Amino acid sequence: MMTDRLLMSAAVGPAAAQLYQAEPRRALPGFGLSLGFTLSYLGLLVLLPLSTLFFKSAGLGLDAFWDVVTSPRVVASYRLSFGAALLAATVNLVFGLLVAWALVRYTFPGKKVVDALVDLPFALPTAVAGIALTALYANNGWIGRLFEPFGIKLAYTPAGVVIALIFIGLPFVVRTVQPVLEDLERELEEASASLGASRWQTFRLVIFPSVLPALLTGYALAFARAVGEYGSVVFIAGNMPMVSEITPLLIISRLEQYDYAGAAAIAVVMLLASLLMLLVINGLQFWQANRFRSEQ
Amino acid sequence: MTPGHLTEPLGVRAAIIGVALAFLAIFLVLPLVVVFYEGLKKGWDLYLAALRDPDAWSAIRLTLLMAAVAIPVNVIFGIAAAWAITKFEFRGKQLLISLIDLPFSVSPVVAGLVFVLLFGAQGWFHPVLDALGIKIVYAVPGLILATLFVTFPFVARELIPLMAAQGNEEELAAVTLGANGWHLFWRVTLPNIRWGLFYGVILCSARAMGEFGAVSVVSGHIRGETNTVPLQVEILYNEYAYQAAFALASVLAIVALISLVLKALVESMSQRSQGAPEEIGPLIDESSYRGVASG
Repeated sequence: MMTDRLLMSAAVGPAAAQLYQAEPRRALPGFGLSLGFTLSYLGLLVLLPLSTLFFKSAGLGLDAFWDVVTSPRVVASYRLSFGAALLAATVNLVFGLLVAWALVRYTFPGKKVVDALVDLPFALPTAVAGIALTALYANNGWIGRLFEPFGIKLAYTPAGVVIALIFIGLPFVVRTVQPVLEDLERELEEASASLGASRWQTFRLVIFPSVLPALLTGYALAFARAVGEYGSVVFIAGNMPMVSEITPLLIISRLEQYDYAGAAAIAVVMLLASLLMLLVINGLQFWQANRFRSEQ
Repeated sequence: MTPGHLTEPLGVRAAIIGVALAFLAIFLVLPLVVVFYEGLKKGWDLYLAALRDPDAWSAIRLTLLMAAVAIPVNVIFGIAAAWAITKFEFRGKQLLISLIDLPFSVSPVVAGLVFVLLFGAQGWFHPVLDALGIKIVYAVPGLILATLFVTFPFVARELIPLMAAQGNEEELAAVTLGANGWHLFWRVTLPNIRWGLFYGVILCSARAMGEFGAVSVVSGHIRGETNTVPLQVEILYNEYAYQAAFALASVLAIVALISLVLKALVESMSQRSQGAPEEIGPLIDESSYRGVASG
C-alpha cells in the first residue's frame, strides 16, 4: 500500500507528494479500525446512555424540572454532598501533603508497605469501607466509644459522611503531589539555602509554589470523587431526610418510587457538576504541564 | 544522606512522620483490621459457615463473572483507543481523551440509572426487549453493562500516556521491514506495553469486583441471582447478620490486598524493564487513580 502511494505521488507530482508528507503518521496500519471501534464503543456504552438523562428529564418540562431540582429535600442533599466533600478534600489536602512529604523526603521502617497501603481506598470495595467505618465510629465502636462520653455522635450524622469521604479521597492528594515532589530539583533548594533562606522560607517560597498546581489537582480530584460517592457513605450516614441524606441516595429513592423523570432530573444536576469539575481539573493539569514547560 | 541545610530539624522530621503515620493508621489500617476482627469475632466455624452459604457462593461466582467480562472487553477497547490516539493525528483527539475519562467523574449511581432509563420498565428499548423476552435490568446483562461503564477508562488511561511516551519509531521500523499489522502488534507493540497493560487489568478487575453503587441500581437484589459480593454484603448487613457480612467483606478485603501487592510488583518490574523510567515520565499517570474503587 505504501509503495502504491509512493508510485502515485511520483506520477501525480509534487502536490500529491506534499499531501502524503502532511500525514506521515498514517504509515502505520489500523487507523480506521481502531478509531472506529473506539468511537462506536464510547458512543454506545457511555454517550448514548448518558444522553437519556437529558431526554428523560426534558419530558418533565422546565417548570417541573426546576421544582424537582430545587425542592428543599434535594437542596439539603446538595448542601451535604458538596459541603462534606469540600471539608473532606480540605482535610486530605493538609494530611495528603504531609504523607507525600514523609514518603518522598524521609526514610523510616516499613516505608514501602506504607506507600503501597496509601492506595487501599482505591482497591477496597466501597461497601466494605462503608461497613468497616460504621463499625469503627458507631457508639460502641473502637473510635466512637472514645467520643461517646462527651456526647459526640460520629456515625449516623453528617460527621460520619465527612469521615467516609476522607477515606475515599485520601490517595488523590498523595498520589498527585508525590511525583512532583520527587522530580523537584534539589539545586533550587541548595540555591535558596546558600542565599540565606531558612528551611521554612525555602519551603514557603520555593517548594510550595512548585507543588501548588499538583496539590490543587489532587484537591479537585478528591472533591469530584467525593461528591458522587455512594457505597462508603450510605452505611455511615444514617440517611435522615434534610440532615444526612446525600444526593445520589435521593436519585435511588426516586427510582424506587418509579419516578424515573425525577431521578433523571437530579442526575442531570450531578452530571453537570461533574462536567464542571472535569473542566476545572483539566485546567489545573494544563497549568501544571505549562509550569513545567516554562521551567525547562 | 541529605545534608543538614536541605532537610528539616530532627524534631520536625519526627513530628511529620508521626502525624502522617497516625493519620494513615486511623483512616486506613483500622478500617482494614476491623473487617477481619468483626468477621472472626465469633470464631472460625461461623466465619467459614458464612462463606459456605449458597447465596455467598453464587455472589462470588457472579463477581468473578463481572471481572471475566470486564477484563477482555477493556483490554481490547484500551488497546484500540490507545493505538488510535497515540499512533495517528486527527482532529478532536483532545476531546476524545476527555470523553474517555468521563465515566470516572460520573457518580456511580448515575451510571446505573442510565441503564435503567434505557432498558427498564419505562425505557426506550423496553417494548422491543419485552417482545423478545430479554431481561437486561434487574438481571445479569444489566450488571455487566453497569460494570463495563464504570471500568471503561482504566486500561485506556494506562496505555495512552505509556504509548505516547514510547513514540512510533519501533513500529515504523517494523513496517519498513515488511511486518504486517498482526506481527507488528504481537512482536513490537505488545512487548513494550505489557506492564502498563497488566497494571490497567489490575485496576480494572479491582473495580469490576468491588463496584457497588452502579450495580446496586440495576441489580434488583434478587438473592442467588443478581447479587454480587458487595451487594450480598449490604443485604447481610442490613439484616443485622453482621458477622456474616464482615466475613464476606473480608474476602473482598483480601482481594484488595492482593491487588495492592500485585500493583507494587508491577511498578518495580516495569521500572526495571525500562531502566530509566524518569526519562519517559511516570508510567502511572495520576489520572489513572481517579475513582478506582468507586461505588
